Amino acid sequence: MSDLEAFRQETRDWLEANCPPLMRTAAGSEDEFCWGGRKFVFQSEDQKLWLERMASRGWTVPTWPKEYGGGGLSKEEAKVLASEMRRLKARTPLVSFGIWMLGPALLKFGTHEQKLEHLPKIARGEIRWCQGYSEPNAGSDLAALATKAEDKGDHYIINGQKVWTSYADKADWIFCLVRTDFEATKHNGISFVLFDMDQDGVSTKPIKLISGNSPFCETFFDDAIASKTNLVGEENKGWTIAKYLLTHERTGISDMGLPTPLNALAKEKLGTIEGQINDKMLRHQIAEHEIDAASFMFTLERAKDEAKAGGDMGAFSSMLKGYGTELNKERHEMILKVNGSDAFEWEGQFSNNGEIARNWLRTKANSIEGGTTEVQLNIIAKRILNLPA
Amino acid sequence: MALILNEEQQLLKESADGFFAERAPVSQLRQLRDDMDDKCFSADLWKEMAEMGFSGILVDEEHGGAGFGLVGAGVVAEAMGKNLSASPFHASSIASAAIIDAAGNDQQKGSLLPAIAAGETIATLAIDEKGTHDPEGTALKAEASDGGYKLSGMKTFVQEGGAADQLIVLARTSGEQGDRDGLSLLLVDRRAAGLIVDRTVMTDSRNWAKVTFEGVQVGADALIGEEGKALNTLNPALDKARVVLAAELLGIAQECLDQTVKYLQERKQFGVLIGSFQGLQHRAAQLFSEIAVTRSAVLKALQMGDAGGDFSWFASLAKAKACKTAELATNEAVQMHGGIGMTDEFDIGFYIKRARTIQALYGDYNFHADRFASCSGY
Repeated sequence: MSDLEAFRQETRDWLEANCPPLMRTAAGSEDEFCWGGRKFVFQSEDQKLWLERMASRGWTVPTWPKEYGGGGLSKEEAKVLASEMRRLKARTPLVSFGIWMLGPALLKFGTHEQKLEHLPKIARGEIRWCQGYSEPNAGSDLAALATKAEDKGDHYIINGQKVWTSYADKADWIFCLVRTDFEATKHNGISFVLFDMDQDGVSTKPIKLISGNSPFCETFFDDAIASKTNLVGEENKGWTIAKYLLTHERTGISDMGLPTPLNALAKEKLGTIEGQINDKMLRHQIAEHEIDAASFMFTLERAKDEAKAGGDMGAFSSMLKGYGTELNKERHEMILKVNGSDAFEWEGQFSNNGEIARNWLRTKANSIEGGTTEVQLNIIAKRILNLPA
Repeated sequence: MALILNEEQQLLKESADGFFAERAPVSQLRQLRDDMDDKCFSADLWKEMAEMGFSGILVDEEHGGAGFGLVGAGVVAEAMGKNLSASPFHASSIASAAIIDAAGNDQQKGSLLPAIAAGETIATLAIDEKGTHDPEGTALKAEASDGGYKLSGMKTFVQEGGAADQLIVLARTSGEQGDRDGLSLLLVDRRAAGLIVDRTVMTDSRNWAKVTFEGVQVGADALIGEEGKALNTLNPALDKARVVLAAELLGIAQECLDQTVKYLQERKQFGVLIGSFQGLQHRAAQLFSEIAVTRSAVLKALQMGDAGGDFSWFASLAKAKACKTAELATNEAVQMHGGIGMTDEFDIGFYIKRARTIQALYGDYNFHADRFASCSGY
């Protein structure tokens, strides 16, 4: 037996023995995942147990180095772990911006001390992070940001406002883009700092969206303090890290597991005649969508394999972001069609408080947050196709 | 298996890209068209393709081929798509070789595969009888006669039909039009008495034909595979042919994008390069995205074909997606080139004309979207 096969067997046995029953079911929405953090309330004992057990092996972040709380697995081993988890329908034990975004950035740009300080707490789900990027006057033109950080020797004093801060009201710490040099050109005066949000100088206010939910906040800094030990990378060189993070922002979301195929939803809702969805037009539309969706899924696989083989994917992630989010919006439009008028129930027991409609409206932000689809197309045009400015 | 080309396939790609760009660029197809060439491919090119191992790419080494598999065939087809290289590659080396390999007996394999690999025999399939692909709708009759079969009926859209030496004909040996059972594959020599080949000049300037069978007599040994059960072997073999067509369409789409981007970088209007207009940048970027996504579906299907077994879901996915993307790419290329894109002097027109023709071959977008849905269980 090869080492990898032995690892598979061992992993399978361990998961069988340790994955609690409630964690062997698909999560219905983002809210049913464990996000960790000081304020997180576990939804079940199984959820808590599953996090503790997986974190004890470093398997909440399988490929991070062991000394920083990870599992130290090779990419091949991590693939085996993922496939064994899928086999058991085991839920991802912990999801967070710390895992998807800050972690990879710290691994690349952080000092050893910063990694030791922050990564294990992310891996164990102890600290929940949010991202302070967009500002009221810096959206698609992110580099125009104006939140000011004043140098006070061993710390910065921060004043300004962020907006569209995902889950800021639930987060403990923030990784934040601030302006440390107002004289330099706009990309060259930005720094990347981390600070605790549990201080007088930080306040948050949820923004109510068209879905009725409030996944985003406005975040205000009024003489907030950030220690200089938490400046990541060099002062005024934060844009490099910001770009790196934007490139990686969405890859993590695809690890939350594939959603139920549209065709299965349609078969259940509309029934079948001779095995075909009982609505010819909808069947055709679903096939069109799923042809694109399957092709895109293989593109994620190809991009990973290209990167593993040493290919420089660079701006290719803009293509993935743009295409993937547009597909997801289309998917939710199709879910509305499958459900007909039932999809528009907004409250009450029949609809789990309007789950379908609220999820549909949530997807409208997919192609705005993290760089709009139009910004992604600009990046492809300039950086991949070399079209003139 | 990683969803990328391995080292050997990468080398093949470089060699094929270089070979077709140099030896069979689109100007060659233009010349063949202008000369009203009978075969509509260069015999010299075909000979060189045999020497390069391209014509035996799917044939195993035991039968004198290169045994490069479907991924290799796709790599070559993509290069041919980029250059619109005309040859009997797809009809003979892919579609026919795949069917003989899947359904032929030892004698048939032994005589046909080496000849196909060497480029000495050109074989092709005669499947369709009307404008849409519908194997089960086959009406052409093969009645028991003289210890063999007598064929009567008509076939259309026969690839390289005017040049083929051997035709593999889908015929009805029993049952009614529309039945899945009762279909058989028969090998017919193009010189057989009662066989009439009418070359049809089509939009893509390649060699197509309608073939009429007026009581064509063949022996019992003409049967390829089991009598009445042709679809069982035809579809898996056709899937290989379909995925290689998808690869050719991918090459066409990629070339259309590349030429269009180059034009956007050079053409000036209103005193600026038109590539600086966001309206055009976004369309080019969207086309880039669709091609990148199509490339993944095609490579996946090629790999699944090599893995063996039923890969109809992957094949229909790849052909459907490639049809849609090639349609977009060729339309966008004409539009973004403006007036010059409408002229015969400019090459883009050749691409749109070839793309539509092979989009229809062995099932168009709708055929494969429907089949994809059925294979997915809905």
